[in-house]
Amino acid sequence: MVSAFTWTEFAQQIAAGVREGSIYAGLALALVIIYRSTRVINFAQGEMATFATFIAWSLQNHGLSFWTAFPIVLAIAFAGGVAVERILIRPVENASVLTIVIITLGLALLLNGLMSVIWGGASRQFHGPFSTRTINVGGVPISVQDIGIVVTSLVLVAILALFFRYTKLGLALRGSAANPDSSRLVGVRVGWMLALGWGIAAVLGAVAGMMIAPVVFLDPNMMQTILLYAFAAAVLGGLDSPLGAVVGGILLGVTITLLGRYVGFIGSTLKLPAALFLILVLLLVRPGGLFGKVAVRRV
Amino acid sequence: MKVKLAFEVLGFVALAALVALLPRVVSDYRARELAIVGIYFIALLGLAVLTGYSGQISLGHGAFMAIGGYTTAILSVNGFYGHQVRDLWTIPIAGIVAGVAGLLVGIPALRLSGLYLALITFGIAVSFPQLPKKFDHFFGGTTGKILNLVKPPFGLHTTPNNWLYYLTWGIALVLLAAAWFLLRGKTGRALQAIRDSEVAATSSGVNLATYKTLAFGMSAFYAGVAGSLYAIANSYVNPDVFPIILSIYLVVGLAIGGLGSLAGLLVGAALIYFLQNHSDTVARWINHLPGLALDPKQPGIPSIVFGAVLIVVMLLLPSGAGGLLRRLFAPLTSRLYTRS
Repeated sequence: MVSAFTWTEFAQQIAAGVREGSIYAGLALALVIIYRSTRVINFAQGEMATFATFIAWSLQNHGLSFWTAFPIVLAIAFAGGVAVERILIRPVENASVLTIVIITLGLALLLNGLMSVIWGGASRQFHGPFSTRTINVGGVPISVQDIGIVVTSLVLVAILALFFRYTKLGLALRGSAANPDSSRLVGVRVGWMLALGWGIAAVLGAVAGMMIAPVVFLDPNMMQTILLYAFAAAVLGGLDSPLGAVVGGILLGVTITLLGRYVGFIGSTLKLPAALFLILVLLLVRPGGLFGKVAVRRV
Repeated sequence: MKVKLAFEVLGFVALAALVALLPRVVSDYRARELAIVGIYFIALLGLAVLTGYSGQISLGHGAFMAIGGYTTAILSVNGFYGHQVRDLWTIPIAGIVAGVAGLLVGIPALRLSGLYLALITFGIAVSFPQLPKKFDHFFGGTTGKILNLVKPPFGLHTTPNNWLYYLTWGIALVLLAAAWFLLRGKTGRALQAIRDSEVAATSSGVNLATYKTLAFGMSAFYAGVAGSLYAIANSYVNPDVFPIILSIYLVVGLAIGGLGSLAGLLVGAALIYFLQNHSDTVARWINHLPGLALDPKQPGIPSIVFGAVLIVVMLLLPSGAGGLLRRLFAPLTSRLYTRS
């Protein structure tokens, strides 16, 4: 039931929404990076992220601290992402979108099954790097964990933005997404750029997984709902726009948290349908999303 | 063209004969399994019209099946103004209700293309199971609704499973003929033109809005009929009867069957059923490979097998089973077709 409205609680809800949203933003960004270069939505993104989180969990169980395990997991995730592109996606590069979508769906099922076999289907407690105690921010109690999640996600996004904007490799990546043929002519190895894109996306997913796992419990299906929100966030921002993915993610996180809390009819059951309905309405007004460009088609 | 037509009619007659004769040689339980395959086949036919012909990807056809299934359940359990409707008569109604829902989705779909549409339809598939939970007095909530058991009508002397088989495949053959009839003419050409280039289709006088919405409605009608039969076959509906993964299975079946090949869909439908219910058998086959020992009963193994089969099939046969059939028969058919 909806209890009385207080500004403190409202601010807390916003903070929770931003925390949720930064997770969506990370995963949405991963989707967008792959979409820009391969024109495919990677349905295995969530499972790839959960898999990486399970590896982190195993490493922690072997006595490593979170921050020692962190770079190892990111390296494994990167290698995994590159391997997926090389082995599964490259052979069907020129096939229809549906073929590639089916392969990523197959990969999602495969990874999900592997996780159940290796780690079992039970939910596990994942120890995050941040404490769950709350601190007072301008009169509003907010948990350190929430702040840590948001800051980590934003730092990662900033590093990526700088990488894409100011390095030669970043330029090559953008070039091969925007115009593969011309990039090839100036000597960019487009095939490897695509693989690199998958690697970066896998790293983003792994970070999102390790950030959200302490909040929810770790199990093979952990990222499935989150992936749906990430899809929605990516579409909201425009599938073409990395900035859109981040803004879309945070906007979506805040919106659905507030809707779920303050609109009694929606509650927790209709959160996802409500989010998707909002996005449908937005797409009808702006078919390319908030930041996306609508391609002009020619015959 | 006449030879091609004769070929297709011949194929259809052969399929009809096969369908009519199969129950005489297989067990009662197999007949039930084949009936479920028939249900998937109907749903895949609908999806083939939408994705294979008009090029619109839907990841939400499980939701249209659910609409059909719930229509049947509500009409035959709650009844219509107090009159419980016989399950048989609810099938066309279920198709129409789902078809109207499809038309409604098809209108916004006009402005969305490709992956945006895929995501929105996926959203529909994800959202739909929440509705019965939210409005549980009408839909029966998570427990769902119990239908009457399948019973052959008109005092026919046959087992329930055989009756289910004939019902499903009878409807499947009628709907296959209808799809084939519709797609071989002007409508099929218009839809294919839209799939290949919307701009070119419009400038050749194809009304995009009409045809795309029509494809969506027709496709949802097929899915609704399939969902209705699914509810009848299971004798109950609840949100778990039409899970999100069902929509995925349908797209998978379509891709494996091959886009734009109605015959390949038979393979796709059989594969959906087989991989869902007999993945332990597949695991046992895989165990014959050297160095592998999978425990077929362990949780997770079915997903691994399903996923791996999907990936391998798509890598080896990007155009699906339909493409393979076409390639196998190419030496025969191309000669036949060119001579006419």
